[in-house]
Amino acid sequence: MSEPKSCTLFDKIWDSHVIERFSDGTCLLYIDRHLVHEVTSPQAFEGLRMARRRVRRPDLTIAVIDHNVPTSNRQAGIAEEDSRIQIETLERNCRDFGVPFIPVLDVRQGIVHIIGPELGISLPGSTIVCGDSHTSTHGALGALAFGIGTSEVEHVLATQTLLQKPAKNMKVEVKGSLPFGTYAKDLVLAIIGKIGTAGGTGHVIEYAGEAVRSLDMAGRMTVCNMSIEAGARAGLIAPDETTFDWIKGRPCAPKAEAWDEAVRYWRTLASDPGAHYDKIVQLDATEIAPLVTWGTSPETVLPINGSVPDPDEAGDDGRRAQMRRMLDYMGLAPGTRMQDIRVDVVFIGSCTNSRIEDLRAAAAVAKGRKVAPDVRAMVVPGSGLVKQQAEVEGLDRIFTEAGFEWREAGCSMCLGMNPDRLSAGQRCASTSNRNFEGRQGPGGRTHLLSPAMAAAAAIHGRLTDVRQMA
Amino acid sequence: MEKFTRLTALAAPLDLANVDTDKIIPARFLKTIKRSGLGIHLFDTLRYNENEQERPEFVLNQEPFRGAQILIADENFGCGSSREHAVWALVDFGIRCVIAPSFADIFYNNSFKNGLLPVRLPRPQCEKLMQAARMGANARITVDLERQIVSTPRGEEFSFDIDPFRRHLLLEGLDDIGQTLQHASRIESYEAARRARERWYPPITA
Ligand code: SF4
Repeated sequence: MSEPKSCTLFDKIWDSHVIERFSDGTCLLYIDRHLVHEVTSPQAFEGLRMARRRVRRPDLTIAVIDHNVPTSNRQAGIAEEDSRIQIETLERNCRDFGVPFIPVLDVRQGIVHIIGPELGISLPGSTIVCGDSHTSTHGALGALAFGIGTSEVEHVLATQTLLQKPAKNMKVEVKGSLPFGTYAKDLVLAIIGKIGTAGGTGHVIEYAGEAVRSLDMAGRMTVCNMSIEAGARAGLIAPDETTFDWIKGRPCAPKAEAWDEAVRYWRTLASDPGAHYDKIVQLDATEIAPLVTWGTSPETVLPINGSVPDPDEAGDDGRRAQMRRMLDYMGLAPGTRMQDIRVDVVFIGSCTNSRIEDLRAAAAVAKGRKVAPDVRAMVVPGSGLVKQQAEVEGLDRIFTEAGFEWREAGCSMCLGMNPDRLSAGQRCASTSNRNFEGRQGPGGRTHLLSPAMAAAAAIHGRLTDVRQMA
Repeated sequence: MEKFTRLTALAAPLDLANVDTDKIIPARFLKTIKRSGLGIHLFDTLRYNENEQERPEFVLNQEPFRGAQILIADENFGCGSSREHAVWALVDFGIRCVIAPSFADIFYNNSFKNGLLPVRLPRPQCEKLMQAARMGANARITVDLERQIVSTPRGEEFSFDIDPFRRHLLLEGLDDIGQTLQHASRIESYEAARRARERWYPPITA
């Protein structure tokens, strides 16, 4: 008799969703949750209409508007015409196809990856997809969650399934605990700095180890969110008591006996001892310092007390040329101390760092202080519910008294698709996930960091070591 | 999706290597809500000058190539971003088949999802087809998917390889969705089994 196979968390979720396995290894995979937003869905609904198809399971689908919405003065409507058309189109599509929809002025509106977990829609052991690469965020709950293209959005709408080949298993194990002044954001930046932006290609990363276990759910979501920046298809963290406590009582979560049954099942999901990983990476959390990026790739991380690297010291010509181009775009000279870099804008928000815990960390730094003159600092909660909670706690007043803008929920300055944009040459300390050229607006320069570090940068008008502000 | 069995049509010669998705459809046209209507922006920067007037030297601005349904190109066609808009723009213009020595992976896969047949042929054969295409109106090229053969106006035949599953879908006019829906009963029995096993699993309510 053969031993029962030792499975990873990924294997377990995958296997329990396979409907059909084809000879070339492609699987027909069942999808439990489909999150829809305005940018990648219009052509999918159009395709359904043209083929006279319906949405197979509207009850497993939810739509929200996030990328295009302005984050102030919402009652006035949406000025940019193509944004307005995308938004109105999603509303109409949801009406026509019976898909649950959260309107712009609803308190539950927010970034799709914030509201899924917040409303109890994203559950452990589920397959979750969305036409957006940062769907990896939901992996923090122990769900297999990944981004898909528009044809696939249409495929899921029509069939509630996807054709996929299984990914490989990778484990990132972080021992020790995070030192004072460092957060989940520093942890994930450290991981990306170590394995590189292609380090996870073809893999699903399972994060494990003491440092990951001791993160709260917000921190776990920050880590899984940026899995895609390490090239991975998805990120995963095994569900545990922290997960269950966090989900319990959320609007769409199972209730009463259903809840007990759910938790019993969720407890079986953790990877088996001896499960096989194609790749294992180990890190020591105690060695992590507050991190900042200096270039136009998320792997270009440095401790805040470091200095801009010199391309002449790069190992090969290709790398040297690449570093030169990055420094040129970023307007930085080699050897500049990171703490001497002045910023024009500070953005606290995005699906990486706009949960209540992130806002608390930033507010703790901002409290009783003032934003430096000439710095524009904005706080954009991830959802209307986060905003409401922050206002109950008085965080909004801490921010506004310090000179931060307090805005409505949305993707905002994470990407230049709505009115919140950098102008050419502006430098921004940002809690978002991508520092690509032009990501926050054409010519804009982005330094990625944690919410506490972002608040510190706002107060001093330059990148600052938050540990010195305690 | 329209079936693809056998197509005899005019072919436009596009003698360029590494035609990237930005060339096929520039990023500024991505804020659209439709997959139709992009044909007018196909090859936008090659096709129009700064004043949005047609460049007469570009092949698709010339008669009879405005009505071409086949495109002959050089190496690495469709490289760059993953945007499906590139395929949508070609299809909307009326192109049903692109013949080239090689294609970028994502573009190649996206093509099948939208009824566009990408044909890989060795470079010397592509060159012959390119020459034939230049003859214009009198030179129709035939692409026979059933026999996996491309024939020149003179009757020369080149056979090509294609994944049997992809071929089947095109011949039947099934897109991935149509194909999956053939398994509808399996999806239903999976759903029933899940309902029995995970009775607690909640629907989404808004
Ligand atoms: S916040 Fe940024 S990364 Fe997240 S979904 Fe919006 S645009 Fe994408």
